[in-house]
Amino acid sequence: MFSRAYRAAITLPPLLWVVIFLLVPYGLLFCYSFWSVSPSQAIVHSWTLDNYRELFRVNVYLQTLFRSMWIAARVMIFSLLLGYPLAYYLSFYAGARKDLFYQLVIIPLWVSYLVRAYAWKTILGSDGVLNTLLQYVHFTKHPLEFLLYSPFAVVLTLTHIYTPFAVLPIYAALEHIPRNLVEASHDLGASPLQTFWRVIFPLSIPGVLAGATFAFVLSLGDFLAPLLLGGPSGIMISNIVVSLFGAAYNWPLGAAISLCMLILVVSLLFLSEKLEKKWSFR
Amino acid sequence: MATTTEPVVTSAKSGLQPLLAIRNVAKSFGKNPVLRDISLQIAEGEFLTILGESGSGKTTLLRIIAGFESANSGEILMEGERLDLLPPYRRRVNTVFQHYALFPHLTVEENVGYGLRVAKLPKDEIAARVSEALAMVKMTAFARSKPGKISGGQQQRIALARALINRPRLLLLDEPLSALDANLRRQMQVELKSLQREVGISFVFVTHDQEEAMVMSDRIALLRMGELEQVASPREIYSHPATAYTAQFIGHTNLLRGEIKSGVVRCKSLSWRVGLPDGPALFSLRPENIRIVPSATGGSDINLVAFHGKIRHQAFHGATELLQIVGADGLTLSVRTATRENRQGDLHLEFFPTDAVPVRESPEKRG
Amino acid sequence: MRAARNTSRWLPWHSIVVFGFLYLPIVTLIIYSFNGSGVGGFPPRNLTLDWYRMLFADDAIWESVLNSVIVAMAAMAISLTFGIPAALALDRANFPGKTLFRRLVLLPLILPGIITGLSLLMLFRAADVKLSLLTIVLGHGTALISVATTEVFAGLQKLDRAQEEASLDLGANYWQTFWRVTIPNLRLSIIGAALLIFTLSMDEIAVSFFLIGRDNTLPLEIWGRLRRGITPEINAISSIIFVFSLIAIVSWYRLRVGSEGKPEIAAEAVETVA
Repeated sequence: MFSRAYRAAITLPPLLWVVIFLLVPYGLLFCYSFWSVSPSQAIVHSWTLDNYRELFRVNVYLQTLFRSMWIAARVMIFSLLLGYPLAYYLSFYAGARKDLFYQLVIIPLWVSYLVRAYAWKTILGSDGVLNTLLQYVHFTKHPLEFLLYSPFAVVLTLTHIYTPFAVLPIYAALEHIPRNLVEASHDLGASPLQTFWRVIFPLSIPGVLAGATFAFVLSLGDFLAPLLLGGPSGIMISNIVVSLFGAAYNWPLGAAISLCMLILVVSLLFLSEKLEKKWSFR
Repeated sequence: MATTTEPVVTSAKSGLQPLLAIRNVAKSFGKNPVLRDISLQIAEGEFLTILGESGSGKTTLLRIIAGFESANSGEILMEGERLDLLPPYRRRVNTVFQHYALFPHLTVEENVGYGLRVAKLPKDEIAARVSEALAMVKMTAFARSKPGKISGGQQQRIALARALINRPRLLLLDEPLSALDANLRRQMQVELKSLQREVGISFVFVTHDQEEAMVMSDRIALLRMGELEQVASPREIYSHPATAYTAQFIGHTNLLRGEIKSGVVRCKSLSWRVGLPDGPALFSLRPENIRIVPSATGGSDINLVAFHGKIRHQAFHGATELLQIVGADGLTLSVRTATRENRQGDLHLEFFPTDAVPVRESPEKRG
Repeated sequence: MRAARNTSRWLPWHSIVVFGFLYLPIVTLIIYSFNGSGVGGFPPRNLTLDWYRMLFADDAIWESVLNSVIVAMAAMAISLTFGIPAALALDRANFPGKTLFRRLVLLPLILPGIITGLSLLMLFRAADVKLSLLTIVLGHGTALISVATTEVFAGLQKLDRAQEEASLDLGANYWQTFWRVTIPNLRLSIIGAALLIFTLSMDEIAVSFFLIGRDNTLPLEIWGRLRRGITPEINAISSIIFVFSLIAIVSWYRLRVGSEGKPEIAAEAVETVA
């Protein structure tokens, strides 16, 4: 139905943009990761595997990567634990208030990341709201130091930020489940709990995978929360990259780490997609 | 104000207490009354159809029996014990859903065996019963398929097997044939009926299709706007409709409105003797009960009622045709007769007075 | 359909707790924007509007707000100009590399901002482009094309193809049909996308972090101050940001729900990425 000219007109401009601003930059990332930096802070365009060797040789990179993955994993788990029952409540129990509750979920989603991270910073500090409140009610005598500038603070803040990201795909998946399946399950003798495990949960797995992927991937690459709240023990892999592009001026090494992150993220997305297809029954 | 005829358990097999007793069940959604004071009994081994238009409450009634809705008042007893107090997963009742509701993430045999797995029966027993059930609905070849890959008619059989395998006391079917095309539908009607005979349990079938109801049922319960109009066997409900609504909903009919004085009813130019009290009256006359006679043979039998008029409309239905005859007095009668070419001019008709069945009025009901 | 008693008991409580977790920090933030004695400390005393007064006199902040608005409008223009054709292309055209194209367009939505930001930084370095508001605009535009694409794509699914066929049948050519039929039908999706893109651009910090030149956007201005020390003035500007975002999102939601069905942009985006 659509002429060649029409199809060309709608395809070429975005294609061009994507090539210039996505493909080429990733390509540059690739190239940079194989270059090096001279002592005089100039980029040397000779191809070498030094950067990658560095990553595996020096412990701090792998250590930080694993710590970042551990933080991301915890954020993922907590987001799911908090988010799934909420999505379930929204889909099956909210009734007339569904609309309102749905808006309540998406509002934090789109409110500035910075505002929300900042809010936690003011709450968790030793002079912050939480500590002074606990002392005020004589629950504690001294401020709890671990609350801020620790991995705990990072996990807490990121969970706060990514729980809505987890809720939405789970909610979407639950909404897609025809209600007559639940009735059919009851009709055949399954109690509500059995119905949940045998029918509802299996059919919601694609949503769970999507939400988990979101939470994990975005947490893994986060650098703002660690900078604001992580302290020295809460540094994540992206912070190392940031400093390599900043004060520690080593773009090639930073590019190498970024490329590894990119590959890791894309692999996780592919894996998630494969699993989602396997568990999707439409 | 009840317009129900008190249902008598007419099934040949009974004599004991009914399998299911619905007593004075009423249900409203918000301010909207959907069922008003329904009382009905279902016998063992009976095929009962709940027939009604959309909005009549038939699906709601079915869902109340299944347990997905609860009635606002009234009770339901199964073999003497309160059924309505149990949640759906404890009732010995199973449902075939309108769109089958097969679990998309399970294979056909997993679907069929679902109820047995939930009841934690031993694996070999489940396997045996599943193959038996699949054989019964002739779907053995599809055991490992997923529901998404089989046709509508096949899904319907699986839904049936999945329900029957649990050996319920009562099977509920919520318009299961409405999604099928006409030919498949007719075929499934026959299969369902013979299946019910074979299995021997009571079926409660919901539909809006009166032909379907007549083909399959032992008894029909006609529901109109939340109340039972009539509950009787298909033949009974057809030849002796209780109300004008029933007469018109099931099959075609002529509604004759007349006045009775001293044992004679007059309806425009027609008149005949009836043993009914004076006053206004309404009669249902089936088009096939009116015969066409060659010319005015001078009233071949004074017991017959005669009429003549011009053909206004002729509708071809294949084996039969439906003629609309308009008389000089303005009365229009529909007549069903074997198809014949070239009907013209005046036609002379007659019918037996006993074929004009008196029916009650069906006043317009407010929702 | 009756659910188990125990589930229906703790489920609402859980939901209340989670909503509390999501909103209490922000509410606290707002409360303390009126607190005379600083960002912490319990209970808040000295309720005052001083911080808001200080905020309104703060030129640097308002300059950055202006920059942010300019950037957001420009980003909106870019994202829509390239995102709408992208959605159409995904819906109607087949070409080699279409799958790769689809994935690339949607990737910035789920990729951590640092990767998008850094790769673009390298691009500008290589092309010898100085960092400025322009580079930030290009960064936002690239990252947010995916938002425009998903919204418009969803709107296209609801579009009745027969309308466009009727237009062609009646003599309009492709260009005319596009403007007279296609775009008007996508009106709601486009407005929704615009609203969303604007809001996200105003709040964007991760990508902007790497592309900033001399002029700050609002989030970067705030970020700079955070490094120097926290005052409730930041609470004040944050509260205002929150209120505006709230209005924007609720408007967006009502727009979408008005055109039928629940919007699930994040979910849809994931489904289309997957």
